[in-house]
Amino acid sequence: MRRIYSVLVENRAGVLSKVAGLFARRNFNIDSLVVGETADKSVSAMTIVSSGDERTIEQIEKQLNKKIDVIKVKTFKESMSINRELMLIKVKYNKENRRDIMENCEIMQAQIVDMSKNMMMIQICDTSERIELFIEMLKSVSIVEIARTGTVALTKCREQ
Amino acid sequence: MIGAEVIVKCLEKENVKVIFGYSGVAIDPFWNKILDTDIKRVLVRTEQNAAHLASGYARISGGVGVCAVTSGPGATNLITGIATAYADSIPLVAITGQVNSDMIGSDVFQEADITGAVESFVKYSYLVRDVADLPRIIKEAFYIASTGRRGPVLIDIPFDIQNAEFSGKFSYPESISMRSYKPTVKGNIVQIKKVIKEVEHAKRPIICVGGGVHLSGATKEIRKFAELNSVPVVSTMMGIGVMPSEHPLYFGMVGNNGQPFANRAMNESDLLLMVGARVADRAVNRPDLITENKVMVHIDVDPAEIGKNVGPTIPLVGDIKNIFQDFLEQDDYADDHSDWLDTLNGYRKEMASLRKPYVGEFVEPKDFITKLSDVLRDDAIYVADVGQNQMWSCAYHKVKNGRFLTSGGMGTMGYSIPAAMGAKLADKSKQVVAVIGDGAFQMSMMELATMRQYGINIKIIVMKNGFLGMVREHQHYAYEDHYSMVELKGDPDLSLIAAAYGMEYMKVDGKCDISAKLSEFFADDKSGLMEVTVDPMELVKY
Repeated sequence: MRRIYSVLVENRAGVLSKVAGLFARRNFNIDSLVVGETADKSVSAMTIVSSGDERTIEQIEKQLNKKIDVIKVKTFKESMSINRELMLIKVKYNKENRRDIMENCEIMQAQIVDMSKNMMMIQICDTSERIELFIEMLKSVSIVEIARTGTVALTKCREQ
Repeated sequence: MIGAEVIVKCLEKENVKVIFGYSGVAIDPFWNKILDTDIKRVLVRTEQNAAHLASGYARISGGVGVCAVTSGPGATNLITGIATAYADSIPLVAITGQVNSDMIGSDVFQEADITGAVESFVKYSYLVRDVADLPRIIKEAFYIASTGRRGPVLIDIPFDIQNAEFSGKFSYPESISMRSYKPTVKGNIVQIKKVIKEVEHAKRPIICVGGGVHLSGATKEIRKFAELNSVPVVSTMMGIGVMPSEHPLYFGMVGNNGQPFANRAMNESDLLLMVGARVADRAVNRPDLITENKVMVHIDVDPAEIGKNVGPTIPLVGDIKNIFQDFLEQDDYADDHSDWLDTLNGYRKEMASLRKPYVGEFVEPKDFITKLSDVLRDDAIYVADVGQNQMWSCAYHKVKNGRFLTSGGMGTMGYSIPAAMGAKLADKSKQVVAVIGDGAFQMSMMELATMRQYGINIKIIVMKNGFLGMVREHQHYAYEDHYSMVELKGDPDLSLIAAAYGMEYMKVDGKCDISAKLSEFFADDKSGLMEVTVDPMELVKY
């Protein structure tokens, strides 16, 4: 079962390592972990994607809540939230496949953000599933490098 | 006023009476400023024991134990002590010196990233970066250690912060406001009513008490509730002493080293109240048996313990004392469970462990602990170490109005002597005895010097068998007596050790009148060392 944890923490040195350390020590999975500031500068928001059976999912929430630096934990299924991830992908191109790549970008609403005479960098912001799909679509060309942010998520407005 | 003075002032505000520790340059400004106060200092002989003394002190005083050591090796030596306290939820504040702030991270002399190293063994830790933060941090540290689920908190204070000028007027915060830490103390009333209804309907209810009951100070409430409804009680190792051992409603310790009839009672119940216990592997070998065909209520101050190892029918989060006060208020009539109690008393007779007839040079350990228990004062503090001596102590020491202390979660060898010393300092009027094997004795005997230096008069009983007995027993069963790393050849002559530290010494073997020897040993309030010769091949389970 995949779960998203939206965790508000005190914006202090060492908090990220405490939270990440908790997952390591308790043998919980981290599929992805993203941290950033919130509107309140003293609070950071972490979005953690994890998976496990029902008991593990409950334990993750409880153990997170137990950390003194954790202010609030919200957990939800992917269907209850809007989830986005950003990917930058660098590919090699030539005269033959250039059109195809650009067409794929158009279909997936990806943007070409940098180019040289044999390489281009594409940016896509979408759900993790669609990003996987996009990578799949580019498999026929030579992929040089990929950087992904991991998922950020907020619960849907009607779930508020 | 410098940082070190601020720390000392804060400790005075927290009513700290004694600090256990060791010196070193990085903590020296602090030890210097403490000279200006009435706070007592106890210099131990290795840092680990500073934490154990603080633990014993905390468990008997009901307050927070405080220890302070230097940076680097001083701090890392403390870790086992901190981890031991964490495993048993003992409230400690540990202060460590640290190298100068601007040197942190450059691997200078005696630098260790102690807040990083102890992260998984503390409830919380601080690295002080600004002298102005000291009052708030110390206030929070004591609050976090002593509320909710108790535990150790570490404060790492760089040398330059201890010497930094504290500008402005010193004032200690009156109150705490932490948006991220608000432990639940009061039990949910709907859940409480549900539990009371279950107790009324149950035919075979049982209460299993853990260390949380002692930590909450709820012994009186639990006894009253059990007596009012004639509900039998079993305990985990950490819960020993919640009920007097010979109370008609008490049916012993559960777990793989517990009494078989206690486990059977718990498994056959139709309502189990698990109170302040983690349901860890040694206490509950098969979690399915304590949830099968029964209503299981799990009461704990730490919500994360509920559902961690077993899924209860009714979870109830809160402070145990509070919750049992509410139970007593909600409980309208006394229940009678005499049929169930008759059944359990039958099991007790039927499944009582065997005692071999014993003749020869060795002391029969079960017989010895029984006689020891009879000689001790009713309110004695009994500290068991780890290993076979601990199992015999759990099974045969009869707690009356005293306390039984041991390292339950971590099973740290060498805990008993320093913890007993801490306990004695918390209550000098009490008779305190540490029961220990010859393995753990040699891990902690350096503290005999601390005992002498500060006149901490405890009695130590070394059950000497020349083996690390508990593991030897394991190798006896698991590896058919192929012993590896368990034989203690080279044990010192304990009479000479006692003489070296100026302690009374006595030896007891199979030919002695054990009760007479024990009466003589406990006749005075001096420190004493008793050597008990135990058969090297003796087993806890046979």
